Amino acid sequence: MSRENNTVEPSYLDYKGKYKGIFSWILSTDHKRIAILYLFSLLAFFATGATLGLLMKLELIAPGKTIMTAQTYNAFFTLHGIIMIFAVVIPGLPAVFGNFLLPIMIGAKDVAFPRLNLLSWYFYVAGVTLVLISQFTGQGPPDTGWTFYAPYSFRTTGNMLPAVFGAFVLGFSSILTGLNFLVTIHRMRAPGMTWLKMPLFPWTLYATGWVQLLATPIIGITLLMIIAERTLHIGFFDPTLGGDPLLYQHLFWTYSHPAVYIMILPAMGAISEIIPTFCHKTIFGYKFIVASSIAIAFVGYFIWGHHMFTSGMSGTALYTFSLLTFLVAIPSAIKVFNWIATMYKGSIDLQTPFYWALGFLFVFMIGGFTGLILGSLATDIHLHNTHFVVSHFHFIVFGGTGFAFFGAMHYWYPKITGKMYDTRWANTGLIIFFAGFITLYGEMIFLGMKGMPRRYYDYDEVFHTGNIFSSLGAIVMYFGLAVIIINLIASLRNGAKAPSDPWGGKTLEWTIPSPPPVENFDEIPVITKGPYNYK
Amino acid sequence: MENEKNHIIPYKTFLYVLAGLIALTLTSVTLTQISLGAMTVTIALIIAAVKSSFVLSIFMHLKFENKMFSRAVIGVILLLSAVIAITLLDYLNR
Ligand SMILES: [Cu+2]
Repeated sequence: MSRENNTVEPSYLDYKGKYKGIFSWILSTDHKRIAILYLFSLLAFFATGATLGLLMKLELIAPGKTIMTAQTYNAFFTLHGIIMIFAVVIPGLPAVFGNFLLPIMIGAKDVAFPRLNLLSWYFYVAGVTLVLISQFTGQGPPDTGWTFYAPYSFRTTGNMLPAVFGAFVLGFSSILTGLNFLVTIHRMRAPGMTWLKMPLFPWTLYATGWVQLLATPIIGITLLMIIAERTLHIGFFDPTLGGDPLLYQHLFWTYSHPAVYIMILPAMGAISEIIPTFCHKTIFGYKFIVASSIAIAFVGYFIWGHHMFTSGMSGTALYTFSLLTFLVAIPSAIKVFNWIATMYKGSIDLQTPFYWALGFLFVFMIGGFTGLILGSLATDIHLHNTHFVVSHFHFIVFGGTGFAFFGAMHYWYPKITGKMYDTRWANTGLIIFFAGFITLYGEMIFLGMKGMPRRYYDYDEVFHTGNIFSSLGAIVMYFGLAVIIINLIASLRNGAKAPSDPWGGKTLEWTIPSPPPVENFDEIPVITKGPYNYK
Repeated sequence: MENEKNHIIPYKTFLYVLAGLIALTLTSVTLTQISLGAMTVTIALIIAAVKSSFVLSIFMHLKFENKMFSRAVIGVILLLSAVIAITLLDYLNR
């Protein structure tokens, strides 16, 4: 299958376009170059967010003021949340790996709207810039947390407007990416690639695209309503103006719960690619995995109320949301069982991406189970707004999406860069990171059960021991992250040349050279078999 | 492509629709003057829905396009109604 030797077309990295230097990147409409733009901006924002997180954990290493004031702490968790949610995990896998691989995996030369794709990146950078501006202008940085809860969000003197508008612009970036992928998948699949011959990563991007397109406008309007309320004093959410603060929570979570699926579905897609490749075995229950992606995206629209169990909703709404929340566990569990069944009797090749996938399964299950505890009405009353919630959330979003992101990074790195990375350092980094992760967030589960509230820079002496463990875990995890990222960057220079199919993968991206040529394919392939055709 | 065949709609149709829209707007403005109790919002919403369906089907060509587009629009409306219905579970039972 390899056409590596007879290709004359330069790779997308060597291609000399109209522009030179940095302009050949920031003005490029090549989906692969745009993916790299996203990758580097995303890593920069991730490093910022992770550093803020580390500083918060250092503050919490001892009760009382340790390294920052209460107000700084409030500003830090707000910025940490906004950056990590809106600028890292929501664009996350779709913007980086979706952009790079979706057209290749479905046998297309680019996405349907290449210029719109570049525009999405500009919106993305503009949105983050606005959020950063809010930190250094006006009367101090925002201190509401990333949820901008009313009525505090229009009473605080913190500089809300640029931050809220920044989140609005980031939403636009997300909508345009989703729309682009939907049209690409509908119109540009290679001849013969029927819906059920499409690989699973594109399938999850498809489900995600619908969520991006249909849920994001709700937060867009809600954020505009905050702006209208702050500047024009129209009473949507402020009780003194005749508004309803709970309406804000409804609108906010109507988007922000589905947003969790924008984060996690593509992560599940990446795991569904990694596992069959390293087991050298067809994925178990392909159709069920496809159906469960659609089911998760669909049911995910109707369960937002589980964020509001203690806010004073009606009893009927409480029961309904709790029941619907439990329903979403079913398709998630179907996926987990199918991944495990894929490994059964496979000839497993223990490479770094596979370790990341295993790590994903482990932490995702902890995240899922703690989620069921929070989804039950009675236990949620006790655990709401404690470290338990923060821990659950990080197990799902950092553990789920983050692990899958790094897994995808190590899986597709040879394809994207044309280089192999140093496996020994990659695995060492993973072990350090994993140990730190479990100590940091695992301990937070217990702190939360004992009642330690979230979003406080201070705490009672009884929580001290647990916090020492948790903060040490944060330091170890941060160090592990550094090892992982430095290894990947160093391998750009020192790595051996990557073959077109280093892992024995069967999807289309492994049939073209590494790094891919500008137009991806010399000739658009004709698809006759399913995506995971082993033996 | 099938949706590229041009549908020329006579100007007269547009004018009728415009007149209808204006008439409906006037109706809803007039109705705000009359007290209808709890029905006020319902009636205003029904009129608004009729107006937007005119705009969607005639001005935005949904009536003449590929069925897939109208199905997509209906799907989105159903989803939105489901979301609103679930929100009302809270508001109507408080
Ligand atoms: Cu949720």
